[in-house]
Amino acid sequence: MVMDGSDRIEIMVPDRDKELGLPYSEGGVRAGFPSPAEDFMPRHIDLNRELIKHPASTFYARVCGESMTGAGIGDGDLLVIDRAVEPYDMCVAVCFLDGEFTLKYVKTGPDGLTLLPANPSFRPIKVSPEDQFTLWGVVRYVIKKL
Amino acid sequence: MYGLADCNNFFVSCERLFRPDLNGKAVVVLSNNDGCAIARSNEAKALGIKMGQPLYQFSNLVSSGKVTVFSSNFMLYGDISHRVHATLREAVPVIEIYSIDEAFLDLTGIPDDRLDSLGHRLNRMCMRNVGVPVSVGISHTKTLAKVASKLCKQYPRLDGACLMKRPQDIEKVLRKFPVEDVWGIGRRYAARLHLHGVSTAFDFASLPEEWVKARMGLTGLRTWLELHGVPSISFGEDPEPKKQICVSRSFAHEITDKEELYEQLSQFVSMAAEKLRKQGSLASEMDIFLLTNRFKDTDRLYSRNRLERLEPPTSDTFAILKTARYAFEQIYDSRVRFKKAGVTFSGIIPSEGMQMSLFDGGETRDNGKLMSVIDSINRKEGAGSVVFASQGFGGVKMNRGHLSPQYTTKFDDILKIKV
Repeated sequence: MVMDGSDRIEIMVPDRDKELGLPYSEGGVRAGFPSPAEDFMPRHIDLNRELIKHPASTFYARVCGESMTGAGIGDGDLLVIDRAVEPYDMCVAVCFLDGEFTLKYVKTGPDGLTLLPANPSFRPIKVSPEDQFTLWGVVRYVIKKL
Repeated sequence: MYGLADCNNFFVSCERLFRPDLNGKAVVVLSNNDGCAIARSNEAKALGIKMGQPLYQFSNLVSSGKVTVFSSNFMLYGDISHRVHATLREAVPVIEIYSIDEAFLDLTGIPDDRLDSLGHRLNRMCMRNVGVPVSVGISHTKTLAKVASKLCKQYPRLDGACLMKRPQDIEKVLRKFPVEDVWGIGRRYAARLHLHGVSTAFDFASLPEEWVKARMGLTGLRTWLELHGVPSISFGEDPEPKKQICVSRSFAHEITDKEELYEQLSQFVSMAAEKLRKQGSLASEMDIFLLTNRFKDTDRLYSRNRLERLEPPTSDTFAILKTARYAFEQIYDSRVRFKKAGVTFSGIIPSEGMQMSLFDGGETRDNGKLMSVIDSINRKEGAGSVVFASQGFGGVKMNRGHLSPQYTTKFDDILKIKV
């Protein structure tokens, strides 16, 4: 049970098993005073629904490397990428540059794009017009195992 | 108005989505058994690689690095196809999925002046959100929409969408459009039409209506009407309904062992029977066939088949396998190395309204319920969860030496990004 500032009570039940039938009135159908608890039908949290806004354009990828540790993105983390999201200044995006995928902050400036790492031991990369460059998709979430 | 959204070189585009380094390079996707080309990038087409051409005929281009080949990764293509359809549905309420890479769009009620921009928007959405190029053709009928989408592929400056509306524009296009490329004409009719001096879609549309009706029947007439801008093929309707169901595969290695061969064959028979049930049909004839390697000159080509009647018509795998075994015994030859086997069902009728023959009586066991349970388990748990004993437990063995990861359908296979 969670109490927040607005005095609302929300009951969240984790999804413990796969068998999701129709909600069934535990008290059965009886004449008389109904159980007040029946107004609180179980609601499951579905991470797919919460984290994925556009299923058709969402892709997952796995991080290998250390250049984004300052942004909280480390080796082995899972990326939730949404290609439908319009790239914005300083978004974290999966890019394809000169034959390889990479993950960086994308900084837009008057003189073009720069890919910024979040680790002082890596250098920013200036994207020049002759590079084979694609902004593949914007990262929406990072999931890490602790 | 109708639209057709057709994915360009779809299987190749799916592979390139996760291999952007292959954009602008020659890429070929191979058939089930790495046998021959089933999808080619424009660059591969320019190198002269033909649809259906066996791999060994262009393997020198592969080893010299001029062409990159992939085994077919249908899990990936199926998933990307769903994504394209979902994206189209966001913008167009009614779509009809025609094949893995094509969908018709019902554009009824959309103002004419917005059709062109809608076509381009669909093209941009599919490219950005999913990552595959799609050609959108829009016109008065499904057949003309197909023509329009082919134009997009021919003329890159159309930018992936083509609206064909004014009669004079349509005529100009049809005058240059080969008749064999018209939807519903087919190779057989095209050959006959060529004999009558009909080589373009315009020539065909110029034939008298009666001539077309008399020689090509209702199917031909509908195509003729559609080219004249009269919608004659409604939504969800295929001008060439499935009158046959065929499942056949080439094997990874040539098979001589009798039981191994039958194990594979009975798997194809079971797959075909499931297709029958899925479309609510029964078959009254079954053709079982065995082939040697067609592309090997050293072996004598051996091809045998046996046609069996299924009496009464059925879709029951038990009954069908019994007949299949009998047919197999008649045509199997232990001296021959087989490369391919398959089954074709014909005489297909809807399962309701089937006439019982007089002496059916208690003879036929009704396995309908059991069949539908087996089908639903296999759909839910993956194909091959419940199998008939004769199918064996090995699965069809396939050559898939160039398979890409299942980037979108298998967690261990997702894209890895060096950071």
